[in-house]
Amino acid sequence: MPLALEGSQALARTVALCRPQVVAAYPITPQTHIVENISRLVADGVFDCEFVSVESEFSAASVALGAAAAGSRAYTASASQGIMLMSEVLFNIAGLRVPMVMTCANRSVGGPLNIWNDQQDSMAVRDSGWIQLYCADNQEAIDTTIQAYRIAERTELPVMVCVDGFTLTHTLEPLELPSQEEVDAFLPPYAFSRSLDPAHPISIGTLVTPEHFSEVRHAHHTAMVKAIAEIEAADGDWQALSGRSGGALLESSGPADATVGVLTIGSIHGTLLEAMTEYPASEPVRLIKLRCFRPFPAAAIRAACAGLERLVVVERALSPGSGGIVGNEVRAALSTMEQPPRVENYAVGLGGRDVPLDLYPRLLEADGEVGGFSVFDVDVSRLAPEDQ
Amino acid sequence: MLEIRIHGRGGQGNVVAAYLLATAAIGEGRYAQAFPAFGAERRGAPVVAFARIGNAPIHRRCQVLQPAFLIVQDRALLQVPGVLDGLKAGGGVLVNANTMPEEMDSGDTDVVTLPATALATEYLGRPVPNTALLAAFLSLTGMLPVTALTAALGERFKGKVLERNRALVETAASRVEPGRWQEVAHAASA
Repeated sequence: MPLALEGSQALARTVALCRPQVVAAYPITPQTHIVENISRLVADGVFDCEFVSVESEFSAASVALGAAAAGSRAYTASASQGIMLMSEVLFNIAGLRVPMVMTCANRSVGGPLNIWNDQQDSMAVRDSGWIQLYCADNQEAIDTTIQAYRIAERTELPVMVCVDGFTLTHTLEPLELPSQEEVDAFLPPYAFSRSLDPAHPISIGTLVTPEHFSEVRHAHHTAMVKAIAEIEAADGDWQALSGRSGGALLESSGPADATVGVLTIGSIHGTLLEAMTEYPASEPVRLIKLRCFRPFPAAAIRAACAGLERLVVVERALSPGSGGIVGNEVRAALSTMEQPPRVENYAVGLGGRDVPLDLYPRLLEADGEVGGFSVFDVDVSRLAPEDQ
Repeated sequence: MLEIRIHGRGGQGNVVAAYLLATAAIGEGRYAQAFPAFGAERRGAPVVAFARIGNAPIHRRCQVLQPAFLIVQDRALLQVPGVLDGLKAGGGVLVNANTMPEEMDSGDTDVVTLPATALATEYLGRPVPNTALLAAFLSLTGMLPVTALTAALGERFKGKVLERNRALVETAASRVEPGRWQEVAHAASA
């Protein structure tokens, strides 16, 4: 029997099942419920860990970094401006190749102030060197969080599990929580190969001169690219154990002979999946759900787009002055195909705007500029005269 | 799939009402989903929450724009623009009110009232109308046994508080015509 759980409640219980020894987090909407629920589990004696209350996100990430560098399994969570405040530490954690897991309860970044869901926060730190996995629903968030620890510990890289804020974190739905035995079997106690130990002192984070810095960056990039195999293996092994897949690198649904594709990232997937049934298009459509954004699975995307003549990339963030962040990378990946699909790219659901079912037929009818990008559904009458 | 929209004011347990409804359905082996329309909530401000109940997994994440039923926790909200928007033809509105609101131009909408605040004050000692309204809603639609609501309340309360809620649920359920909305609920679920 599945449990009726709110996303953030389920995530708190999942984190506890993963047995991190140190949790340091600062409450920020919409991940506050995750941290609140974790602290309650600790206070109730259900979850044994060092729960460190800190004064800012910068400290939260720093405490987690220190704990992980000393060999602990560590966890933190944040969102929006909190991710911005911890961004310096996020680059350090990844650059030092320290494994840990965090949840980003995706939310817009100010200004203007907006508390609602989009993915601008995690996209802003996409170049920090963290692995980034995006979840389409709360069950995926549970399964991905567990997999994230194994991926982190096998690759010695940090993993950010991105979960749409409010849209997932504040939604109650039926969820399967694995047993402690299942999670223990999947996540045996781990030893960090470069753990700080007073008996065998080493230095980390020291000055790296121009003679070596390129090699360090090359090694980090190579480790990220190699992580593709561990991400796939973790999902395969978790599926064998639990019967559920978190989605590996990406997942396709729809007919194999489809010539039109729609590629999404995050929780928009579920709405479009049902819209495909509600609005049967004249031509068959392949829906591609991108789960792994860093490392960028270019080969898997090319394989998923084989046979497509048209691909609509839908995302919840943008790079102002450039266009869609996912869209641009997908275009680059497809450019080496002999017959790449035409790519149209839209940002939708920004700052919490509802993504209704009829977005799907409107996207397919939009016939946007090939190679272009636009924010979908902009009401021009709301713009200042000089912006119209 | 049945879609329900719940209107209330910050502090009335609006989100909890949606969560309880979905929890009751999940406890009965149904698929369900509940979430609030997020805003800069504060006590007294109009707030909205949504619930979906179905016989198959629910994937959509969009707001409920065309509910079959509305639960309105404060009759004064009927004056607020948008509260009745999108209600399906033949749908029902359950209003927390002591008398039939004369401002309701019901058309083919069936309006049912329940003095939920008075009942809650009597049974719980607190003017929180959500549980009484949910009990009446389950009785009207017959979609779930009212015991499913009591079971969902059991995940949040225990002891005396749970006992009082159980008594409130039984009384509130008996104050409306059982099965009055059963056909509409059945048609919407199909």
